[in-house]
Amino acid sequence: MGADVLYSGRPAVVDTGDLMPLSTFALDLNRFGALFVVITAVVGLCAMVFRLGYSGHGLSSRTASVILPLFVTSLLLVPAASNVTTFLFLWELMAITSLFLVLTDHRQRAEVQVAGQWYAVMTQFGAATLILGLVLLSTRCGGQSFSVMAHRAPHLPAWVRSATFVLTMVGFASKAGVVPLHVWLPRAHPEAPGPVSALMSAAMVNLGVYGIIRVGMDLLGGGPTWWWIMIMALGGLSAMFGSLHAATSNDLKRLLAYSTTDNIGLMLLGVGASGLFASTGHRTLALLALVAALLHLVFHSIFKGSLFLSASSIQQATGSTDLDGLGGLLRRMPVSGPVFLLGGAAISALPPLSGFVSEWLLLQSMLHGLPSTNVSIALAMPIGVGVLALTGGLTAFTFVKAIGIGLLGLPRTVGAERATEVRRSMWAAAGLLAGLCVVLGVAPFLVVPAVLNAAGDVTRIHQGSTLAHGWQIGLPGLPGTLAPGLLALGLAAFVGLVALARRLIHPGPVRLAEAWGCGREEQSAQMEYTATSFGEPLTRVFEDVLNPSRDIDVSHIAESRYYTEAAVIHTSLEDAFERRLYRPADRSLRRWGAAARLVPNGSVHRYLAFGLVALIIVLVVLA
Amino acid sequence: MSAHWPAVSVVAVSVLQLILVMLGGPLLLGLMRKVRCRMEGRVGPPLRQPLLDLRKLARRERIRPEHASWVFPFAPVALAATTLVVATVTPLLTTHPLFGWSADLFAVVFLFLLGSVSLALGSLDTGTAFGGMGASRAMTIGALTEPALLVAVLALSVPAHSSNLPAIITRSLAHPAWLATPQRVLALVAFLIVIIAESGRLPVDNPATHLELTMIHEAMVLEYAGPDLALVKMAESMRLAVLFTLLANLFVPWGIATAPGPLHLALAIGATAGKVAALGTAMAAFEVTVAKLRLFRVPELLAGAFVLAVLAVLSALVVP
Repeated sequence: MGADVLYSGRPAVVDTGDLMPLSTFALDLNRFGALFVVITAVVGLCAMVFRLGYSGHGLSSRTASVILPLFVTSLLLVPAASNVTTFLFLWELMAITSLFLVLTDHRQRAEVQVAGQWYAVMTQFGAATLILGLVLLSTRCGGQSFSVMAHRAPHLPAWVRSATFVLTMVGFASKAGVVPLHVWLPRAHPEAPGPVSALMSAAMVNLGVYGIIRVGMDLLGGGPTWWWIMIMALGGLSAMFGSLHAATSNDLKRLLAYSTTDNIGLMLLGVGASGLFASTGHRTLALLALVAALLHLVFHSIFKGSLFLSASSIQQATGSTDLDGLGGLLRRMPVSGPVFLLGGAAISALPPLSGFVSEWLLLQSMLHGLPSTNVSIALAMPIGVGVLALTGGLTAFTFVKAIGIGLLGLPRTVGAERATEVRRSMWAAAGLLAGLCVVLGVAPFLVVPAVLNAAGDVTRIHQGSTLAHGWQIGLPGLPGTLAPGLLALGLAAFVGLVALARRLIHPGPVRLAEAWGCGREEQSAQMEYTATSFGEPLTRVFEDVLNPSRDIDVSHIAESRYYTEAAVIHTSLEDAFERRLYRPADRSLRRWGAAARLVPNGSVHRYLAFGLVALIIVLVVLA
Repeated sequence: MSAHWPAVSVVAVSVLQLILVMLGGPLLLGLMRKVRCRMEGRVGPPLRQPLLDLRKLARRERIRPEHASWVFPFAPVALAATTLVVATVTPLLTTHPLFGWSADLFAVVFLFLLGSVSLALGSLDTGTAFGGMGASRAMTIGALTEPALLVAVLALSVPAHSSNLPAIITRSLAHPAWLATPQRVLALVAFLIVIIAESGRLPVDNPATHLELTMIHEAMVLEYAGPDLALVKMAESMRLAVLFTLLANLFVPWGIATAPGPLHLALAIGATAGKVAALGTAMAAFEVTVAKLRLFRVPELLAGAFVLAVLAVLSALVVP
C-alpha cells in the first residue's frame, strides 16, 4: 500500500471513530509518509526472513514472537498517523514494544538490563517533551488533526511555534539518537537481538527524522533561520561525534550504533540546510537539500540494515562481536563476509555504491548555496562541507578497520577459527539489502523520483523538472551532473582490463608463501594488528575529545622484581557526554530524591497539613 | 566549449590521455628523483629508471601470502582502475575529454578514496603487523586530509557555480582575473598540502624509507611482489601525475586545448608536460630541504590546510 501511495500520489485515508474512546483513530498516508512505510517494509521483510535462521538472544520466546510483529506494525503505522492522539498512541506502542525486544535477553546478561534502563529513560523523556509540544500546538490550533494544525499553525504567535518546534525536536532527537541524546543507542543496539537492532537502526531512528521534518516543515510550515541553524549544528555535532566514536569502538555492533548517530547527523545537516534555504527564499535549493537528506535516509536504512544483519550472522558464527576476537572470516563465510564488505563500502560513500550518490547530492546542495550574501548561509555551508568531509574520512577509517580486522587476516580466537557460513535465510536477507546498495547506487533513478515527490509533498515546493534524467543525476536549474551508472561501467571495464593485463603478463599460477616478518619463526594471530592498535593514532589525535584511559597491571615474579610475570593493559574510552552530562545529572537527581524523601515521613497529620496548605495556595492564586 | 568536437577526436584524446598518464607517471617520478639526486650532488639514475623497474617487476612471478583472501590480489587492480577512470574523464589535455560532463571534482575525490581504501584492505589482508601499521596510519592521515580537500574543492567550485572540472577550467580561462584572487592563492596552498599528504611525499611520508617503523605507504605494500607490486607502483605514479596535472590545469589553465585539432593537441601536450615537470621539480627541490614530520605532527599540518581552505571560501565574501 505504501508503494502505491508513493508512486501514484493518491493518499490513503482510514478514519475510524470508535477504535479509541474520546478521539478518533485516524490514518492518512501521503507520499512523504509512504516513503518511510516502504523503507520500513523492505527492512522489516529482510529482518523477518533473517529471523527464520537466527537463533539465540531469546528471540524465539513466546513473548518476543508476539511483540516483534507488533513493533513492526507500529513502525509501519506511525508515518500514517494523521492526528495527535493516534500519533502519540502509535509512537508509545513503538517505544514500549522496542523496549521489550531490547530486553529479551535480560535473564542471561546483566548488561542488557542496564541498556534497557538507559533506553527506557531516554525514550520516555523524549515522549514527555513530544506530548508537551504537540499538546501545546493542538490546543493553540483548536484541533488535533494534522491537516487542521498545518492550516492554522503558520498564523500562531512566534513563541508558540518556536516552543513547539524545540519541544518536539527534543523528543524526536532522542528517538533518532542525536547527540547529546544518543547515549541509549550504543548501549541498546549491541544488546538487542540481531533483527531487532537492524529494525531499530534502519527503521525506528528514521522516524525521529520524519518527526522533525513533519513538524518543522509540514505542520509549522517552516520557521526562522535559528531553528535550522540549530538543526544543522546538532546534525554536525552528531555526525562528528558519532563517526569519531565509531572509528574508535572495538565492538562491531557498538561501532554500527555510533555510525547510526553519525548518519542521522548527516541527514539533519541536509534537513537543516533545507530549512535554512527555505527561510531565506532559495526554494530550489531547499528542495535539493531535503531530497539529499531523504535519499541518504533511504540508503542508510538499506546499508545499515544489511550491516546489522551480517554483523549478527558473524556474531552467531563466532560467538562474539569484539573485533579483537575476529579475523579471517571472509574466507570462512563466503557470502556473509562479502555482504558486510559491500555494506561497509556503501556506507563509506565509495562509488559506485548508494552512499556516494546521496553524499554527492548533499555536497552539491551546500555548494550551490554559495556564494551568498546571507551571513548564516555563507558560514554554515563551508563548515557543513568540512563536517561532511571529516565524517566521510572517519567512516572510511571505521569500515577499513571493521572489515580489515574483522574479516581479513588471521582468525584471532577459536570461535573465529571454527566459524562457518550461517543458514541460507540469514545470508540471503542481508545479501538482498547489500544487493540493493549496488542497484540503487548504479541506478538511483529508481528511487529519486519517489524521494522528490515525498520532499515536494512536505515542503510544498514542486519543481517541474526532475532530478534524474535517465542514468544521470542532474540538478534542476543548476549546473552539475553525476552519472553513477557510467562511473560503475568505467570502473568495471578498467578492473577487467587491468586484471586481464596482469593475467596476460603472468599466466601461471600464483605461488603461496609465508608473509615476511623480520625473521620470526611462524606467523600467528598474536602478531596481527588489533582493532585497538589500528585506532590508536586516531585516538591520540583526538585525545581531548575521547579522553582515553589506560591502566597497566604488571605482576612481577616472586624472586626478583626486575622480571615481569605478566602485564595486562586495560584501555577504555568513555562517552564525553555520558561523563560530563549524564553522570552529574544522575548524581544531582539522586541527591534531590534523597532530600525530597525527608518531606513525606509517613505521618498522616503531615499529609493532611500539606493538603490544606496546597488548597490555600490554590485559593489565593485563583482569587 | 563553443568549438565542435567530433566524437572520434574526443575518444582519441581520452585514449591519448590514458597513454600519456601511464608513461608520464613513472617519468615524473624519475624526474623528481633526478632533481633530488642532482641537488644532493649525485648523478642519479636515468629518467626512465622507474619504467625499467616496472618492466623488471612485471617479469617476476606472482606471490601471495598464504593467509590472504581474494582481497589481497584485487586491491592493486582496484587502485589502478580508479586512477585510470579519473585519467579518462578529467580534463588533462583538453577541456572536452570523453564523458567530461560527468567529471565532477567531488566524484574524483571519492574515486581516489576508493583506491586508498582498497589498498588499505589489501594490506590488512596479509595479517602481518606491518600491513596493519601502514593501513592504520594511511587511513588516519586520509581521514584528516578529507576536510581540507573537500573545502578546497568547494573554494574552487563556488566561483564557477559548478564542481564540474571542465566547467571550472573553462570559466577560469574566460576570467583570468580570478586566478590572482586571494581565495585562489589560499586554495592553492591548501591543495598543495593535500596532494603531498595524499601521494605520500615528504614531509608527511618518505617514499624512499627503508625502516619499516617509519613507513606509511611502503608498509602497506610490503607484501606485494612481482606484477602486483608493479601495478601498485604504476598506479601510485599515475595518481601523482593526474593530481599534478589537475592542479596545474586548475590554477594555471593556459595551454590546455579548447578546440580540437592536432596542432592544439600538440601544444597542449607540450604545455602540460612543461607545467607538470616544473611542478615536479619544485616539489622535489622542496623535499630536499625538509625532514619527515613526526606522525603526530601531521594533523597540525592538515588542520592548517583546512583553515586555509575555509578562509579561501570565506574570503569570497569579502573580495567578490
